Amino acid sequence: MTDIARTAQLPPGTRKGGHRLRSLLRSPSGLTGLIIIVVLAIVSLSSFFHVLPYDPIAQNPPARLLPPSAGHLLGTDQFGRDIFSRVAAGVAGSALISVVAVAFSAVIGTMGGLVAGFYRGFADGVIGGVTNVLFAFPPLLLALSLASVFDRNWFTVAVAIAIVYVPIFIRVTRGPVLSLREIEYVKAATSTGQSQWMIMMRHVLPNITSIIIIQVALSLSWAVLTEASLSFLGLGTPPPSPSLGSMIFEARTLVSIAPWTMIAPGVVVVLLVAGLNLLGDGLRDTLDPRNRGKR
Amino acid sequence: MLRKLIHNRIVRRVASMIGTLLGVAVFVFIMLRAIPGDQITAGLGTEAAALSPAQQEALQRYYGLDQPLFTQFFSWLGNLFTGNLGYSARAQQSVLDLTLRSLPVTFELAVLSIILALLIGIPLGMLAASKPDSGRDAFGQFVSLAGLSVPAFLLATTLLSVFASSFGFNPNGQGYATLAGDPLLNLRQMLMPAIVLGFGIAAPILRTTRTAVLEIRSDDFVRTARAKGVPARRLQTKHVLGNALVPIVTMTGLQFGYLLGGAVVVEQIFSVPGIGRQVLLGIQQKEYAVVQSTVLVIALTFVIVNLLTDLLYRVIDPRVRAS
Repeated sequence: MTDIARTAQLPPGTRKGGHRLRSLLRSPSGLTGLIIIVVLAIVSLSSFFHVLPYDPIAQNPPARLLPPSAGHLLGTDQFGRDIFSRVAAGVAGSALISVVAVAFSAVIGTMGGLVAGFYRGFADGVIGGVTNVLFAFPPLLLALSLASVFDRNWFTVAVAIAIVYVPIFIRVTRGPVLSLREIEYVKAATSTGQSQWMIMMRHVLPNITSIIIIQVALSLSWAVLTEASLSFLGLGTPPPSPSLGSMIFEARTLVSIAPWTMIAPGVVVVLLVAGLNLLGDGLRDTLDPRNRGKR
Repeated sequence: MLRKLIHNRIVRRVASMIGTLLGVAVFVFIMLRAIPGDQITAGLGTEAAALSPAQQEALQRYYGLDQPLFTQFFSWLGNLFTGNLGYSARAQQSVLDLTLRSLPVTFELAVLSIILALLIGIPLGMLAASKPDSGRDAFGQFVSLAGLSVPAFLLATTLLSVFASSFGFNPNGQGYATLAGDPLLNLRQMLMPAIVLGFGIAAPILRTTRTAVLEIRSDDFVRTARAKGVPARRLQTKHVLGNALVPIVTMTGLQFGYLLGGAVVVEQIFSVPGIGRQVLLGIQQKEYAVVQSTVLVIALTFVIVNLLTDLLYRVIDPRVRAS
């Protein structure tokens, strides 16, 4: 199929990448979200390249509970660790877990939704059943029960969060796939003898990418919240690796004498989640065909 | 007659609910069997290594662990039906007793949080929708973004430390008072947790209200009512809000369900002995029988709440009844 023909058959609003990016930048929430995420990404990347001012886990007792200063931008904690370095490493850790978790759930959930919506029948029944079962648990409760089952490290925490968000992707993709399979060009592709798999990958999947992208941004914000809540409860990444949730947990008894120990990780976790939410809203405004022409 | 029954929407809904619950039971069972070690090592810790093979075997027989998984599952399920949810050795109580005490606590907290959330979410949502893209809309959007982005544990710890250290207000520092025993203290203890949870849930309710009101406001019947001279206030409450209720009720029901287990962090911070905290304690103390049964009870309640929400639409929306 030529490019023009394909563009003509796409739902309105899903055109070329450059166009999408420009309209995302024009939406105030999208732009704000993007800026927040880019800044936090740069800060957290510095922890991967070892250019942080201090080692985030190195203790330095003489320097404990120092208020913010030129030497320690955001002050130090009860073990004399530099809070800026810890927050940067914490964001990196949070981002790593959330991205891996959402990548897993997006791939598995989308495949599940595609298969269920496209083949219907038995496959739909089984996948729908699994979805219902996973949806029967409040998300945080499921994540923490799963996290308690595995030996704890960052990867198992990511897997626990991924399992929680799989059903959302299944449900979000299944509906549109159900209606897409009835559209003429998909039927036409079937009649030309293309394999079911090819039709799914080449004709159905590209038409649900907008929905998936929006869902990925929103799920990332939930995943960050879930990860932070788990580490607050002591079920996230084990210490001493810094995590925003456990930093806030440790700071809760120090707030009255050293408020900066709570303010820095607190503000950053809120910014991170808000940035992802804003980005998700901006993407929805620009990508979702249902939102075109209205706000 | 039978045919009619099979085609009845409610009957089908209940049947699928039972199927889901069976799936939930299997899932919970498998999940907790996947934990390295078993009840014996969990209960005895490192001392388990000192057991002789004969003792191991005796304990395995006692816990039924020598039976095939299939048998273990059905004996657990059978026990559940007779109300035997297991026994918590640490609390020296049956899990049923623990649950009967903790579930109403969470229920009360959830109801209070939902009331607060509706009081914040619906008026602000209507205010935001009354003039899209205005200052008040931006305010509504800001509140909902804050509600979605501030983690409950952060708001809870901040509130707790600010109120306790600056105002000396910390009713949760004392032992938990039941609603029946000391209603006044109980409500004071529930105040901060309900504010934290209510603020978080207000966000989705606000957004749903705003979208629904905006959509319905542009409907023909609203224009007709306005043309006919219905006063603005009546138009807003009776015509617009009345019709926006279906999505709002759906969202509220969904959030109520989440609260049953999702309140775990807040319950933990404010020492509210609810059902989420029961799961958390079970996990921390490695009492898997407690975790297994409690998680199942929560899922059951969650599914029932969803069913009730579904039935509630029929009451408020005659169109659903007709279809």
